[in-house]
Amino acid sequence: MSHDNGPSLWSTFSAGLWRENPIFAIVIGLCPTMAVTNTVTNALVMGVATAFVLMGSSAMVSALRKVTPGPVRITIYIIIIATFVSAVDWALAALLPLAHKQLGAFISLIVVNCIILGRAEAFAARNPVLPSVLDALGMAAGFTLAMLMISTPREILGSGTLLGLPLFGPRFEPWVIMVLPPGGFLTMATELTILAWWRHRSAERQALAEAT
Amino acid sequence: MDDLVWIFANASVINNFTLAYFLGLCPFFGVTNRIDTAFRLGVANLFTLLITSLSATLLDRYVLVHAPYLQLISYIVVIAGTVQFVEMAIKKLSPALFRALGIDLPLITTNGAILGLALFQSSKGYGLVQGLVYALGAGVGLTLAMVIMAGLREEIEFAPISKLLRGVALNFFVAGMLSLAFMGFAGLFAKG
Amino acid sequence: MSAPEPTSATLIGTLTLAGLLSGLVLVGVFQSTKPLIAANRAAAMEAAVTRVVPGAVKAASYERVDGKVRASQVAVGASSDKPMAYAGLDKAGKVVGYAIPAEGPGFMDTIRVLYGYVPGAGTIVGMEVLDSRETPGLGDKIYKDADFVANFKKLDSKPEIVGKKKGTKSKPNEIDFITGATISSKAIVKILNGSAAQWAEPLAAGATPTQGKQP
Repeated sequence: MSHDNGPSLWSTFSAGLWRENPIFAIVIGLCPTMAVTNTVTNALVMGVATAFVLMGSSAMVSALRKVTPGPVRITIYIIIIATFVSAVDWALAALLPLAHKQLGAFISLIVVNCIILGRAEAFAARNPVLPSVLDALGMAAGFTLAMLMISTPREILGSGTLLGLPLFGPRFEPWVIMVLPPGGFLTMATELTILAWWRHRSAERQALAEAT
Repeated sequence: MDDLVWIFANASVINNFTLAYFLGLCPFFGVTNRIDTAFRLGVANLFTLLITSLSATLLDRYVLVHAPYLQLISYIVVIAGTVQFVEMAIKKLSPALFRALGIDLPLITTNGAILGLALFQSSKGYGLVQGLVYALGAGVGLTLAMVIMAGLREEIEFAPISKLLRGVALNFFVAGMLSLAFMGFAGLFAKG
Repeated sequence: MSAPEPTSATLIGTLTLAGLLSGLVLVGVFQSTKPLIAANRAAAMEAAVTRVVPGAVKAASYERVDGKVRASQVAVGASSDKPMAYAGLDKAGKVVGYAIPAEGPGFMDTIRVLYGYVPGAGTIVGMEVLDSRETPGLGDKIYKDADFVANFKKLDSKPEIVGKKKGTKSKPNEIDFITGATISSKAIVKILNGSAAQWAEPLAAGATPTQGKQP
């Protein structure tokens, strides 16, 4: 990724969106993905908070990459990340108290989201500031996209609402299990299976096209 | 004030850290292909949880009352230190286990369950003993979940299952079923 | 990282610098958001107090020390290491009742409630669930079911609250359980009974409007 005339800025951004999507392709950063996806609103707030932390810490790590001594770099990354997370935590508590109450400790737990430390170590530490921020933005967008893909069916089936607005008539009996913890695992499992099937099918088609 | 039995049951089975709070999913899926590794990593986690709980209580009592804004940073630094300590202890006591756990050992630092424990016990206002019981419950719960998961996966390995489902998706299905089963513990202490 | 091996002094220096900078940022953000966060908490708690104590428009904090109730310096809604209660004040500043936070084990996790209480007669005049993770569609009826919540508009807490099967309550100290959420209903009764027993005598003896300024 870090050749001299490396990939274009667009492809740096778009990698995280789908091809290297942190949730569906690399399967990291799972804790918040499952824990806060019982409603779409929670997933969105979590996505924005994570995006802020990811971009801020990537920019800092990248800007300081020439003066960060190797042996203590992880400690410094963690200090940077924890600082951003604390700031986001208080900002949310001050500005959006209801959303903050819903997400609870999971805002603080962004610190241990593997995506953030992973991007700091794998990308931001070896690239200039602009690509690092774009990479962070792409990863955060991919993360949010994945959380939306999980939270939308969970909220629609589990509460019969979308963004808090009722979708069905009063006779709709919600699948309560979908908003409970098992629903998170099962939704994720179903979507991973669909993705595997889709990849399998396109691989088969490609093989067929090459053969003819 | 919650009593100790409720705290223990709550942390270990009713609200199992992995199956209900989704904390520490990476090691949960990472090391649960064999029962003995899963059990040993569970015990390593348990020790880390106990030491973290103790340190977090002391931090809360003596440092954070004066500087509440340091909460997150001080917790994570203490956890990183604790993990380093547990790592050294295991290396000394059982080099074989140290090799078997490999990368999963230092990664305990980024295990959400540890930081989650420190944050939850502080927000619930637990004292020293309550905190330790909470940590014990959380550790036992983590170990239990990992060992059961590993047992299931060892069996499934030889089951005739579609190639599409194999791998991550199947693990999520199994974890979902396990999570569903653990919901049966709800209401354990509200009866009567 | 092909730079020459850094010395220990460089490492310690860098870490100290990083710590200092991060501390500076943290204190800055913390100080600027703190008043807003405290105001949010106070507003949320005060609103809850006025909902569970009919007639109240303001709240003042009280704490229980050694079986006596006294005015507290802790702001409304802020955390304290002592058991707290909030007096509901009417427009004239007269105490019309107390709102008491209480908690205990529920079906899924600890339930936190706030209930309005008039000392002396020991009447519960309102109840609101502050925090719970009860099952959606079943246990969450403890705050979503209007019939259940209405049980607590006028309820004797003496000698103790007794739960009955839906539609069979007859005495002033009885409530109707929710069909299908008996465990969550029982949990609420247990929490209220436990808390009311602790507060009844201290509150009946009257609060000592002591030490320092009233909040």
